[in-house]
Amino acid sequence: MQVPAPFEYVRASSVGEAIDLLERLGPEARLVAGGHSLLPMMKLRLATPEHLIDINPLAGELGDVREEGGEVRIGAMTRHRDVLESELLVRRFPIMRDAERRIADPPVRNRGTIGGALCQADPSEDLSAVCAALKASVVIRGRGGDRVLDMVAFHRGPYETAVGDAEMLVEVRVPVRPHGGSAYEKVERRAGDWAIAAAGAALWLDGATVADAGIALSAVNPRGVRCERAEQALVGRPPSEEAFAEAAALAAEDCDPIADQRGSAEYKRHLARELTHRALRRAAERTLAS
Amino acid sequence: MAATEQRPIGFGRLKRKEDPRFLRGEGTYVDDVKLPGMLHGAILRSPLAHARIVSIDTSAAQQHPKVRVVVTGRDLEGLGLAWMPTLSADTQAVLATDKVRFQGQEVAFVVAEDRYAARDALELIEVDYEPLPVVSDVRRALDPDAPVIRDDKEGQTTNRIFDWEAGDEAETERVLADADVVVVTQEIPFQRVHPAPLETCGSVADMDPVTGKLRLWTTSQAPHAHRTLYAMVAGIPEHRIQVIAPDIGGGFGNKVPIYPGYVCSIVGSILTGRPVKWMEDRTENLTSTGFARDYLMRGRIAADRDGRIRGLRVDVLADHGAFNATAQPSKYPAGFFHIFTGSYDLEAAYCSVRGVYTNKAPGGVAYRCSFRVTEAAYLVERMVDLLAAELEMDPVELRMRNLIRSDQFPYTTKTGWEYDSGDYHATMREALRIAGYDELRREQAERRARGEHMGIGVSFFTETVGAGPKAKMDIAGLGMADGAELRVHPTGTAVVRLSVQTQGQGHETTFAQIVAEELGIPPEDVEVVHGDTDQTPFGLGTYGSRSTPVSGAAVAMVSRKVRDKARLIASAALEVAPEDLAWERGRWFVKGDPEQGRTIQELALAAHGTLTLPDGVEGHLDAEAVYDPPNLTYPCGAYIAVVDVDPATGEVRLRRFVAVDDCGVRINPMIVEGQIHGGLAEGAGIALMQHIAFDEQGNCLGGSFMYYGGRWSLEVPDWELGETVTPSPHHPIGAKGVGESSNVGSPPAIVNAIVDALAPFGVRHVDMPATPGRVWEAIRSASGTAAPPR
Ligand SMILES: Cc1cc2nc3c(=O)[nH]c(=O)nc-3n(C[C@H](O)[C@H](O)[C@H](O)COP(=O)(O)OP(=O)(O)OC[C@H]3O[C@@H](n4cnc5c(N)ncnc54)[C@H](O)[C@@H]3O)c2cc1C
Repeated sequence: MQVPAPFEYVRASSVGEAIDLLERLGPEARLVAGGHSLLPMMKLRLATPEHLIDINPLAGELGDVREEGGEVRIGAMTRHRDVLESELLVRRFPIMRDAERRIADPPVRNRGTIGGALCQADPSEDLSAVCAALKASVVIRGRGGDRVLDMVAFHRGPYETAVGDAEMLVEVRVPVRPHGGSAYEKVERRAGDWAIAAAGAALWLDGATVADAGIALSAVNPRGVRCERAEQALVGRPPSEEAFAEAAALAAEDCDPIADQRGSAEYKRHLARELTHRALRRAAERTLAS
Repeated sequence: MAATEQRPIGFGRLKRKEDPRFLRGEGTYVDDVKLPGMLHGAILRSPLAHARIVSIDTSAAQQHPKVRVVVTGRDLEGLGLAWMPTLSADTQAVLATDKVRFQGQEVAFVVAEDRYAARDALELIEVDYEPLPVVSDVRRALDPDAPVIRDDKEGQTTNRIFDWEAGDEAETERVLADADVVVVTQEIPFQRVHPAPLETCGSVADMDPVTGKLRLWTTSQAPHAHRTLYAMVAGIPEHRIQVIAPDIGGGFGNKVPIYPGYVCSIVGSILTGRPVKWMEDRTENLTSTGFARDYLMRGRIAADRDGRIRGLRVDVLADHGAFNATAQPSKYPAGFFHIFTGSYDLEAAYCSVRGVYTNKAPGGVAYRCSFRVTEAAYLVERMVDLLAAELEMDPVELRMRNLIRSDQFPYTTKTGWEYDSGDYHATMREALRIAGYDELRREQAERRARGEHMGIGVSFFTETVGAGPKAKMDIAGLGMADGAELRVHPTGTAVVRLSVQTQGQGHETTFAQIVAEELGIPPEDVEVVHGDTDQTPFGLGTYGSRSTPVSGAAVAMVSRKVRDKARLIASAALEVAPEDLAWERGRWFVKGDPEQGRTIQELALAAHGTLTLPDGVEGHLDAEAVYDPPNLTYPCGAYIAVVDVDPATGEVRLRRFVAVDDCGVRINPMIVEGQIHGGLAEGAGIALMQHIAFDEQGNCLGGSFMYYGGRWSLEVPDWELGETVTPSPHHPIGAKGVGESSNVGSPPAIVNAIVDALAPFGVRHVDMPATPGRVWEAIRSASGTAAPPR
């Protein structure tokens, strides 16, 4: 049995209390949500927080998925499973279900949260790419109130986000825009594994042309998740195989994969292109079907 | 009680007796053992693959308030226990003294009040290492400038361990030169994998300071062999050692060796006078305990144009890691590898194997096979497919032309194995029938025309299990005969005691069924006792599919002895001569007067009662037997895999898998099928994903299930099983052993299917594990281009 280093444990009963505790206990305190990223790291003693602040009591306060003010708002404590099963999300953003079906396994999905996933900012994490492709924003709360950031500002790189000391993520907001479609493509070594590479794509049409596009990659892009050059290449053009191929090539060019046991850098770059193309194609089909 | 299909008295599909306790989580594993006053041990391991130990400072750890004792290699030297013999005539460090030789090697042992404190204290130990150059690539191990890893061994000036050969080299070369077609392969590696049982290894040692008796609960596949070895190594008299293997959560070969942690727990208990538990974690299991395979093979196969295979040669470079700790019972350093001629009738064959040290974890173990049979089967089945491609012949057709014919058994191979029995053509035909082979080939042609990449892969394997005859097999000089004891109580229920230990194979059911078959006692009335050396007769344990071939035979023999004794008692009770009695399930009766008889239960009571017994009959109804196998048994099988490959991503979907096994007589077909399912899932994992890889510094890249893991139920097809039954002629019940066949036979079928799918790109071979990346690279290097997106 792998056993973590000693730590103190405390439960927060409200967001305010969690923030107070973070402030009082200082930088050696960590929030624990689903625990499916943090606890494995603690067991391997890669993470050795002195205090764990359990925010699972906030599952009610922060566990809601609802449409409001032209946005779908997803509470930070929403579990993977609830994202997967949300009818609203499937209807609005089918990319969410595409991705969730491929994240881990049922026990992990029953506990892991969207907030934990985004804050962990693992370079192979799927929901960051999904949220980036959808051009979502996140709400970060601290003593001084709320900050709303887009994904580019939020996701600073591997294991690094804009969440500051004594702050926490409370909500993800995804804008609802007309004539949209989205999809996620992932290649992994076995079911539930982290991606070798994955691509998320969203398209919004204005008549016969692309009004806006979101493309984001996972596992191949340590610097960030969005592929802005590839997105730009689509805007103003009809959604065609040719345009997709061009965008996919740009996404592959701009990514920066590293070789590891999952595959060579070349293979991953090839996947980035192939999967971006496939995601765009499927997003477009869904746009036309909506 | 009458037998029914659900409740057979004897052989049949009986639900496993042990499952209710496992399914309810009520098993007792080593980690469930809790003794009064028990302390907990943890091992400090080397972060480096090769380094000189300059100093070890344990003072801070010793001051931890919950720490009882800290042990280093120097301390063990004082006890003569710093090094221990391996099962392969080498030595292995228990705790390192001079150098560390692989990442994860045991350096110090902490005993503390609880396992958390023990782990915390590890971080307080300071070791000063002086890094040394690392040998992590087996191809570099014998370079002139390679550092000598085993400088502790006198006279060891290189990293060479052994050179070994089998077969006739000159004759093989002659045949290869003479044949019409010779296929020379590129390398065919069988990557390093790990059996990864879900329960990791561990032990609870309790050296009683009053009685001087050592009790050791341990994750062992061979409790009796371990007891003898502890007596030999630690000098504790053997009758004062009790080794108990309680419920074991999977072994697959990983739990055959004795690991440093077990020895440390014993030392810890001796030093503290308290029981000490040591239980390794997942990473420790994957990075320091017995790995499997790691064979770099190069083959040459020759045939005439008409498809007559003539000769096969293979040269192997074998990576044994830092200590030659192969856990295997044969007298040959490459185990059973010279069964690489497989199921074919060849004119000549030859193999050479060179074993070398590297800075990797020591081993290997036979991961669900007889040692090295899996490597051998993979080699020959890949070679035959390469040859079929070269001859432009259907791989089934080529196999059919060369399989050993049923009238050739017993068949002696060119490397000296005597195959007992089989009807290989019938087994292959059954697999073709279940798969609908011709239809599959038609479907493949249609799909290819549409640009889809479907592959069909075939393998035919011969296993060699049930070690084994004393002339060829032993473990540290212990012959491989196993005992059984059977006692029928006055009320007619029975207890059978076995030398072998189950790790999930269903022994409590299978062995009860053997007694039931022989005596007619319902299997639920037969208690199977195993895993405790104080309770059971001597024997060498469970691995190499030997439990049923060896202990199964012993149980059949002991049951027959009891049956014979019961006959004498019946003759006294019925006042007839023993020759006038006939047996039918569970009852002796008078020939010609079947109403006159006694059931085994009645005879058990009589044997313990007041009946005057015939002269020379001692009373009670029990017996002992030892089975000394005259030969191995040779199960075989024909496997067919169907895959779909997405060439643009390299993903492989295993769509169908047909497995026809011939393991002789099936005692409990349901258990046999369960064993096959498990081995197939493992084989699929090995073929597609599993790899214990290392980087250049010797860092292990497979140290958790995040990096190393098998297939899920989600990713395997519904296995389509079939059978043929060729009883072993020399075995009392004709059974051959089946626990491992499917791990042996499935990797080549899957790789053959992948290569078949990629044939249009010109791919000849893909290395295991055939991950999406590897498959994609194989297509690209064969065709010169990456496949276009669909
Ligand atoms: C076997 C396995 C397979 C997996 N496979 C995948 C996969 O394929 N794809 C994938 O994307 N993920 C995968 N994951 C990760 C899984 O989805 C995690 O659950 C998730 O990434 C983290 O969510 P959590 O709620 O468990 O976070 P936790 O582990 O509780 O926390 C993670 C980090 O985020 C911080 N945190 C949590 N909530 C907040 C908040 N509201 N505000 C600020 N900080 C916060 C914590 O302090 C911690 O640093 C896998 C995990 C496992 C164990």
